[in-house]
Amino acid sequence: MEVKQISVFIENKAGHLAEFTKVLADNNINIRALSIADTQDYGILRIIVDNPDESIVTIKKHGYVCTVNNVLGVSISDTPGSFSKVLEILAENDIFVEYVYAFNSQTEGNAYMVFRVNDNAKAKAVLEAKGVKVEA
Amino acid sequence: MGNYYQPEIECASRETIKALQDERLVAQIKHVYANVPYYRNLMDEKGVKPEDISSTDDLHKLPFISKNDLRDAYPYGMLAVPKSETVRIHSTSGTTGKRVAAFYTQHDIDLWYDCCARAIMAVGGTKDDVVQVCYGYGLFTGGAGLDGGSHRVGCLTLPMSSGNTERQIQFMLDFQSTIICCTPSYAAYIAETLKEMGYTADDLHLKAGIFGAEPWTQEMRRDIEKSLGIKAHDIYGLTEISGPGVSFECEDQSGMHINEDHFIAEIINPETGEVLPEGEVGELVFTCITKEAFPMIRYRTRDICRLSREKCSCGRTLIKMAKPMGRSDDMLIIRGVNVFPSQIETVLLEQGYTPNYQIVVDRVNNTDTLDINVELTVELFSDKVKDISAKEKELAAAIKVMLGINPKVHIVAPKSITRSEGKAVRVVDKRKLY
Repeated sequence: MEVKQISVFIENKAGHLAEFTKVLADNNINIRALSIADTQDYGILRIIVDNPDESIVTIKKHGYVCTVNNVLGVSISDTPGSFSKVLEILAENDIFVEYVYAFNSQTEGNAYMVFRVNDNAKAKAVLEAKGVKVEA
Repeated sequence: MGNYYQPEIECASRETIKALQDERLVAQIKHVYANVPYYRNLMDEKGVKPEDISSTDDLHKLPFISKNDLRDAYPYGMLAVPKSETVRIHSTSGTTGKRVAAFYTQHDIDLWYDCCARAIMAVGGTKDDVVQVCYGYGLFTGGAGLDGGSHRVGCLTLPMSSGNTERQIQFMLDFQSTIICCTPSYAAYIAETLKEMGYTADDLHLKAGIFGAEPWTQEMRRDIEKSLGIKAHDIYGLTEISGPGVSFECEDQSGMHINEDHFIAEIINPETGEVLPEGEVGELVFTCITKEAFPMIRYRTRDICRLSREKCSCGRTLIKMAKPMGRSDDMLIIRGVNVFPSQIETVLLEQGYTPNYQIVVDRVNNTDTLDINVELTVELFSDKVKDISAKEKELAAAIKVMLGINPKVHIVAPKSITRSEGKAVRVVDKRKLY
């Protein structure tokens, strides 16, 4: 299952992230997952929210530069070795992982991971063939 | 047949103009020598008397004057007529130091408005046009000059001044403005705002723009033309000489015709002061031959450009000046290399960036550093750091090719670089060299 991820450009300056998250808070947008890639000058904030389409409109309206990408949501068991197994499957199939981040699953005993890969369809197929649950 | 305001001058033969210039120059030199002690002293120091000037061929004998002279003579030292004959003051923005104030008699104002009327007609303006003047009104010459010119042509004139951009656009829509006059950076800002308000160029009735008072590039011209659906024309002027309309671009868009019946242009070597042959690049110098109150003689503009007498498709015979390629005083010397901000702007626009940038020069451990902040656009953004840093590197490499210096490029948030609705602050030099 593909998930819509919103990436937002945030300058690496005091208060800028707080300003952005205030926009989300004021518009009742709940962050389900997030990661930040940072450089000396700026950060790219990647978030997964409940209503991505509406949220994008709100974020753009506030003057932020953002982009939307489809990423893979992968559910794995919360036990040692399960992440490694997923990466192994992707590597064996020559799928390149651009970045990945994890967050708590609402299902007990599971961990939930977001993968940005170079080929979503192929990644989904090979993971599912090996019994890995790929979901929204 | 072209659209001229004063065809008998604009299309006159070289001989006619030269004869007019000779006669007016001789009278002007007598006028300043008799009435401005500052000029008399300068001429005496150089050992030149009014009798030594019998035609424009003698121009080179006269001393130069520069902005520093005007600062020394501030406020009344350069006034060439009794104060009772003057009717107005205009003043520079004072961005490069102490401000300069210029005086006008009613006759000076009349001739200046004529020059601006020529500029408006040169872009196709007629009495049927609606001219929106969004240059600042007040001490700045931009608003008053184009306003006066627009009245002369008989256009419906909207004296908007700058700022309040949404209202500018609303007026543009409601009154179907056909010609817009402002700084190029403000035109770009209006275009941005137009888009934000959900309109396109198709919603406007604009056909031409007259943009000046700051440097801009051909790329910026194309961007403005596309986003506002107009032909964008350059206009040149400076408060010291009169204001906008010293020279103006016609529909050929190949340089600005100088109003030679009022201003004699020379190109000099900025280092030596030597007059350069026509066609060579150097500093532009003007002599006002009709101004009464504040006549500048061989005034050094600091603008670097080239003159050309090539035949123009518009039919005007007035000499053309190329768009200034920089100023001898805002030229930056970075690691010994001459850098004009316009060169960097050219690269930015070629690479798909906005013209909103800031050049920051500093000196760290005795080495000059060049940092360029550019605003991010949606098209350049990616969710991957490596994509954005690749673009920063690509831009830095292109600037290195242009300047021979390695800059550090920083991509910053949109609209984070301070823009004034008049002139953009594009250079910050933090070096303490003096």
